Amino acid sequence: MSTQTTATGRDPGATGQPPGRSRRRTRHAGALTVLVVPFFVLFTLFYLVPIGYAVFRSFRTVEREGTFGPATEVFGGLTQYEQVFASEAFWASLGRVLLFGVVQVPVMLGLALVLALLIDSPLVRGKRFYRLAFFAPYAVPGVIAAIMWGFLYSPSLSPFTAVTSSVPLLGGGLVLWAIANVVTWVYAGYNMLIIYSALQAIPGEIYEAARIDGAGQLRIAWSVKIPLVVPALVLTGVFSIIGTLQLLTEPQVFRSFTTSVSSTFTPNLVVYTTSTVPNFNLAAAFSVVLALLTFVLSFVFLRLTQRKAFQ
Amino acid sequence: MSILTRTEGYGPTAAPDSRGVRERPMSRLVAFVIMGAFTLYFLVPIWWLAVASTKSRGQFASTAGLWFADFHLWDNLTYLFTYDGGVYLRWLGNAVIYAGVGALLGTLLASMCGYALGKYVFRGRNLLFNVILGGVLVPVTALALPLFLIFSAVDLTNTYWSVFLPSLVSPFGVYLARIYAAASVPDELLEAARLDGSGEVRTFFTVSVRLMAPALVTIFLFQFVTIWNNFFLPLVMLSDEKLYPVTLGLYAWNSQTNAVPELRTAVIVGAFVAIVPLILAFLGLQRFWRGGLAAGGVKA
Repeated sequence: MSTQTTATGRDPGATGQPPGRSRRRTRHAGALTVLVVPFFVLFTLFYLVPIGYAVFRSFRTVEREGTFGPATEVFGGLTQYEQVFASEAFWASLGRVLLFGVVQVPVMLGLALVLALLIDSPLVRGKRFYRLAFFAPYAVPGVIAAIMWGFLYSPSLSPFTAVTSSVPLLGGGLVLWAIANVVTWVYAGYNMLIIYSALQAIPGEIYEAARIDGAGQLRIAWSVKIPLVVPALVLTGVFSIIGTLQLLTEPQVFRSFTTSVSSTFTPNLVVYTTSTVPNFNLAAAFSVVLALLTFVLSFVFLRLTQRKAFQ
Repeated sequence: MSILTRTEGYGPTAAPDSRGVRERPMSRLVAFVIMGAFTLYFLVPIWWLAVASTKSRGQFASTAGLWFADFHLWDNLTYLFTYDGGVYLRWLGNAVIYAGVGALLGTLLASMCGYALGKYVFRGRNLLFNVILGGVLVPVTALALPLFLIFSAVDLTNTYWSVFLPSLVSPFGVYLARIYAAASVPDELLEAARLDGSGEVRTFFTVSVRLMAPALVTIFLFQFVTIWNNFFLPLVMLSDEKLYPVTLGLYAWNSQTNAVPELRTAVIVGAFVAIVPLILAFLGLQRFWRGGLAAGGVKA
């Protein structure tokens, strides 16, 4: 984000100058309105207003007069949040995706890094083919990837029945990791390409210097390339963490292949299940808590990795 | 962003193979084995899907999964496109409207806004940009329920609009358009257009848009994929099957296969038909989107 200092510099409005002083600015006001307003109106309507409304709903509660009396919605303070913190299913689902993330994100990014380094190294021929082959799964939507792997895991329909009939990949113990494999399959190639693009941006002279010092490919990869692609790794890391906390599609599809995926398997499934009850105020509170946790976790990750990168 | 402008240099010839002359054969072999194994990992599932979609229902379960049996692709396609009054074709059309038209309009809106942020100085510009940048970090799944609440407040759930309108907004597109406009549209050119008497908006549509074309293709492709892949939003918004995009339709069919086993054929062929255009589009347009990925990598 710090790369965003363009030549145009500081916002003059922030310096306390009276607005409209510059003739140029006034002249373009109409054009700017045409260019900016359409996007900003939609952004407000479909990003800012929904977020604000979800927060508003999370503070509401339904009250009834007697058991069968008319229901009225009133300000409920932290009533919904008390329920969120008391919800064992929600915290269990959060623990599940955290465990998932602690294993799946490093494995996927490690794999993406190794494949990117190999494609970038002089050891491999046919780079173009590998790049496309590894990236192809990204073009498969999550729903279809999950359906496909659901069949591949199935004890009777899989082409690998030798494995799937003896190992219960869709059983309660393994299904989380079966989902982790689907996510890795879809996104490893995408992350590989981001890291590979960062590798391509390293000037060739750096390698020349390392080669003259007698460094082999492994040594160059470890001491020169990896430190230089840390920003790309941090970026893919943040987006992977966000994606993990928001996990929904794959487990929801797997619910038709196995009974081991409960309706509260991930935090977003808790949100969805609560909203189909329907209990929108509680679902909104779950959403708000999940969004805040996502934000905090990505922020902590950024702080930790940046400290490491600059030591 | 300098990486973005260098995409033309990419290609198989960009990496000099001569560097590798001195590498030991053993290292090459190990590298080849690793690359081969992962090529299988990434491509075998797609291969399986392609093969499975050519099999009849009986042979699907009874023959070896990774090779062809009797060729039934045409029968399967007929079954797919006629099942339930041809609803699959409708789902494909819906997906093209949501993702195709949505990404097209979304790219236009995002590039206009990003261009204004990149080329003009105005009051509140930085605040506006930072708010939009915050939107990049908000995942589409997190917005689905809040959007549902808003749309049900105005009684518009279960309509085309409820999926189409929110999909138009691409904060990442604004971000990309801004850095690309700042780098590729020279101020002198805008000044010259002004002297010629061209209005600012007209200059954008006649001159600047052409200079920004590579960024626009990238924004379009990534927004297309985001909308095509968005599952949660149509899941919560739509109850009328006729409005489903193809992914939600396949999900619905797949949920019924336990009760209606013959639907399995439709699910498999339908999944295959749905991914082929996307894979082809990605392969055909790769020199554009790879530049976008590189620009994305600069973000951190």
